[in-house]
Amino acid sequence: MLKQIEGSRAVAETIALCRPQVICAYPITPQTHIVEGLGEMVKAGEIANCEYINVESEFAALSVAIGASAAGVRTYTATSSQGLLFMAEAVYNAAGLGLPIVMTIGNRAIGAPINIWNDHSDSMALRDAGWIQLYAETNQEALDLHIQAFRLAEELSCPVMVCMDGFILTHAYDRVDIPTQSAVDAFLPRYEPRQVLDTANPVSIGAMVGPEAFTEVRYLSHHTQLRALGLIPQLAAAFKKAFGRDSGGLLRTYRTDDAETIVVALGAGSRRCDARRGLADRLGVDLLLPAVSPERAARRPSACEARRRAREMSRGRSRRHCVRRRA
Amino acid sequence: MDKRTTQAPHGFGPKAGKALQPDYQIEATMFQIRIHGRGGQGVVTGAEMLSIAAFLEGRFAQAFPSFGSERMGAPVMAFCRIDDREIRLREPVLEPDALIIQDPTLLHQVDLFSGVPARGYILLNSTRSAEELGLGGFVHGVQRYRLLTLPATEIAVKHVGRAVPNVPLLGAFAAIAQLITLDSVVAAIQQKFAGAIADKNVAAATEAFNTAVAAREAINA
Repeated sequence: MLKQIEGSRAVAETIALCRPQVICAYPITPQTHIVEGLGEMVKAGEIANCEYINVESEFAALSVAIGASAAGVRTYTATSSQGLLFMAEAVYNAAGLGLPIVMTIGNRAIGAPINIWNDHSDSMALRDAGWIQLYAETNQEALDLHIQAFRLAEELSCPVMVCMDGFILTHAYDRVDIPTQSAVDAFLPRYEPRQVLDTANPVSIGAMVGPEAFTEVRYLSHHTQLRALGLIPQLAAAFKKAFGRDSGGLLRTYRTDDAETIVVALGAGSRRCDARRGLADRLGVDLLLPAVSPERAARRPSACEARRRAREMSRGRSRRHCVRRRA
Repeated sequence: MDKRTTQAPHGFGPKAGKALQPDYQIEATMFQIRIHGRGGQGVVTGAEMLSIAAFLEGRFAQAFPSFGSERMGAPVMAFCRIDDREIRLREPVLEPDALIIQDPTLLHQVDLFSGVPARGYILLNSTRSAEELGLGGFVHGVQRYRLLTLPATEIAVKHVGRAVPNVPLLGAFAAIAQLITLDSVVAAIQQKFAGAIADKNVAAATEAFNTAVAAREAINA
């Protein structure tokens, strides 16, 4: 259904369609409206079989999410900036335990000086924690990425962050198409956990291991990231088939063929680059959507090609050229 | 590249019958609005309702705040863009086609008129005329704006009982810019508010609309 609605509210309504069973979050600008919206919906009984747990900090929020996910339920949380850094220890643990938690990041700068506005330094600080990070270009894509994120997380047993630019997306009233419950149900099957904490059949997870086993676990995390490179485009294609629009995927190029300068951008900035491309006709825009790090993305042929073109330009021309990532 | 050179000849908004050019004419059909006011005056809500009104007419619209310290009384801005296709820009509106000023005390504190082109629309919440405010040059001078002053706070107090001038100013905007209809503004109000509050706001918007229609010819002359 087409709506003119605030990005955060639209994300909250979409999360509700994904049928989370535990939502746990601590408010921080600019993510607050998402969890406020979800809190209202849970209280009004609009999300079936869902518990909203209030906690005292972001560290507790992700810790509770880890417990819930380990107990075998679909789990969601959201944070921003200092909140993400405050939960950093738990961020690594969620990945090491292979728990398919989905977390929205309303991207915001990190103080000091205190700053509520947008940059990517919060999620980038946790780039190597073992989570997949998906970056939304528009509010529509933010909604669509959340639906894909639960599937990605649950198929890989790996937590996923959906990053959306704070204020620029979270607080923008925009036209979005919110899918129907039946369409989301058809795309996102019921969560079937691979391991659960069960008092009737007790096991330990995340127990202490020596360096030899720890290296294996970190390798597995790396291997999961490599598998994501294949799965992310597959999910985007399946999403397009089901919902009829392009959302997600690894790389999108925009008029790079005759470009002298290619901007590699992440998040909402990329669409603004496209707009500028329309005015400054020699500017090429490459979008690198999920932050699987440029080195890893370079293994994808499309990214490889874009980078090759960028390198050629930087060698072969007399004018000033650069490849720059823009927030 | 100067955005103005890509504007439609009359300088504003979607032009009927003009074929959209891909990309190079990207901003030619876009109409941009900047709303100035103070925290607590419904500046952000005003921009949101404006975007809903445009959306209800089948247009693409975008509204967003410029957040500073979000305290009552602090100068705040909100922005709205309206176009016939997807809007890709997301930066603050620096060159507004229309300016809505919710608080006249900002005249001496904020660079309100920055980026407004000649013949740009300016709606100012004040019980005084442009001449009385010392803005006569803006109406009759070289850099002529289509400026209308309107007692929006008084209209809001009369109908809603609160000094929140955002809704009357939207009604007046619909009248002078003729970009969205009063019906759409009313529908947007009814989406944001319910019951008696909605009815009171609709009455406020309608009175402001009628007042502005009466003044429209003079400012467009």
